[in-house]
Amino acid sequence: MELKEKLVSSFMAFENMVDVDSPVHDIRTEAIKTFETEGFPTKRQEAWKYTSLNSILKYDYSVFPKHENALEFKDIKKYFVHNIDAYKIIFIDGKYASHLSQTTHDGIDVCLMSSALAKPKYRLVIENYFNKIASKDGLSSLNTAFSAEGAYIHIPKNKLVEKPIQIIHFSTGNESALMLQPRNLIVVDENSHVQIIERHQSLTDNPVLTNSVTEIFTNKRAIVDYYKIQNDRQSASLIDNTFINQKQESIAKVHTFSFGGKLTRNNLNFYQNGERIDSTMKGITIIGAKQHVDHNTLVHHIEPNCESHQDYKGIFDDRSTGVFNGKVIVEKEAQKTNAYQANNNILMSDKASINTKPQLEIFADDVKCSHGCTIGQLDENALFYLRSRGIPEKEARALLMFAFSNNVLDSVKIPEIKNSITKIIANKLGVNIGFDL
Amino acid sequence: MLKIKNLHASVEDKAILRGIDLHVKPGEVHAIMGPNGSGKSTLASVVAGKEEYEVDSGEIILDGENINELGPEERAHKGIFLSFQYPVEIPGVSVTNFVKTAINETRKAKGLEDMPANEMLKLIREKSELLEIDRKFLSRSLNEGFSGGEKKRNEIFQMAMLEPKLAILDETDSGLDIDALRIVANGVNKLKSKDNAVIVITHYQRLLDYIIPDYVHVLHNGRIVKTGNKELAHELEAKGYDWVKEEVNA
Repeated sequence: MELKEKLVSSFMAFENMVDVDSPVHDIRTEAIKTFETEGFPTKRQEAWKYTSLNSILKYDYSVFPKHENALEFKDIKKYFVHNIDAYKIIFIDGKYASHLSQTTHDGIDVCLMSSALAKPKYRLVIENYFNKIASKDGLSSLNTAFSAEGAYIHIPKNKLVEKPIQIIHFSTGNESALMLQPRNLIVVDENSHVQIIERHQSLTDNPVLTNSVTEIFTNKRAIVDYYKIQNDRQSASLIDNTFINQKQESIAKVHTFSFGGKLTRNNLNFYQNGERIDSTMKGITIIGAKQHVDHNTLVHHIEPNCESHQDYKGIFDDRSTGVFNGKVIVEKEAQKTNAYQANNNILMSDKASINTKPQLEIFADDVKCSHGCTIGQLDENALFYLRSRGIPEKEARALLMFAFSNNVLDSVKIPEIKNSITKIIANKLGVNIGFDL
Repeated sequence: MLKIKNLHASVEDKAILRGIDLHVKPGEVHAIMGPNGSGKSTLASVVAGKEEYEVDSGEIILDGENINELGPEERAHKGIFLSFQYPVEIPGVSVTNFVKTAINETRKAKGLEDMPANEMLKLIREKSELLEIDRKFLSRSLNEGFSGGEKKRNEIFQMAMLEPKLAILDETDSGLDIDALRIVANGVNKLKSKDNAVIVITHYQRLLDYIIPDYVHVLHNGRIVKTGNKELAHELEAKGYDWVKEEVNA
């Protein structure tokens, strides 16, 4: 059976398993219909021109995984950001793992989507926010139809949440192939500030496909710092659909670090509904082998006096392929918009490739929009310079690659995250040098 | 220490060095002078191991060992240092981190542990004072936005940190005003000992007023056509290179 048919025919069983009386029952039912009509995207669609899902849709994914694998913290410790006091929301094969988690209801809600969907006290937030900004395309609809579990974070107004929140999805390989549909809802009210780290980690070489949807609402003057660490095994693929709705004077920053995985597609969408909003998205992609990473960003400038900043660095080795598609829409009312976009790439091999495409649709006349993309190679003169000082070729290359992407890391405000990313990069490049630049 | 025997080298099939012979002993300072395009910088790059130059024949011998086939980092580990004519700008790597990495990678190659942090700091302080380098300068990105003089001073600072056996200064005097020239030359002189050697590549005699050479060689068309003492440099300064060329052609 084709994956699409399998998913559609599993929907009824899924609804019976969760809760047919849930307030989101109608939303799910609508969503499965949309998925049935839309299906999975194909290369015929402009936004998917350079990314084919064929190689990852061919597996017979299990939709209802068994849950019998009890992981111990010591076995998976290395996937956490170290030495940091954090709330933790941990899932194993899509199911919440309470023994690894640290949630809270003390003034803020850092807990589970399943309980938010089930309990009356969350009903109002769910009614106001759930599925309000997620797109109605095939993949997001598929997630909506099967949305049952994920992180639910609600920060009421005037809260500075000092501890970051780590959301990690582990998959254990219990199933020969597994498909996950995590669904996160994050609502940050007026003047509040929260930092979130998200990671997906497969623990075996069995194929995993994660189709995740995250809806983030940053209300007036709220600040959200979001870090996505994508360093999964090369048997795992991720389609990340993130939608951020910003109100006036709010700041939302998303850093995406893509080093692992077989295929990674990041659909990152910002909608600016208010004035003096700042939307920042930055990324470092370092891949090799036959890996594929596709960043598809959208910033929708709807109101005046807002800013957006995009800075993506990519380094591609072997036969890896990259895509950057950055769309900026500036509506007629959005005067004095300041939109900046940069995408710089280094190709380390003749077989690697990157397709980069800025798309600017500007309907206002008093705006500052800049964009630039570069594709180059490592500077041989710089390499000789470093080597002539005794730095071996591999380390010299690593140092240059790290330096190339360094300004993205500079804007990471949590030192522990910066250290973790730095270590991952050193590992990825196979060197053991301190990059404390 | 360094013996170069009948060295021929080319880049993209164009012969540049056409039979160089040079013998440098510990404690000596050799100056290599010559008109533009005579092969001075090529000689420096070939000795340092730049891979775009092809060694067609001849030998480069350091302390009795042929180093023709060694990569630039291996030559650096054996004590060769090249001060670049045009130091490369590397945004995102600070001067401090760069020299730390260079020192520790060199130690690693010799089977030593990383230099302890306090020792490293002390060394950095000492050597930056020697070259009158501001501490703030050290946290800047390597060569990025440096003036010509700052770049050259930074080269000699790296040399001071790495303490090479054989330093090759490729037109270190170009782009330096008289004060910077004095500081750089003073740095080089303080680092000189009976165990190391310096090859100074220059167009002009100016630097050789500060770093006194034991030998002056004139390079022309990829060959050393004349060797003398420091007086030769004065003569070249006064009379130019044409008379040497004429002598060769005669």
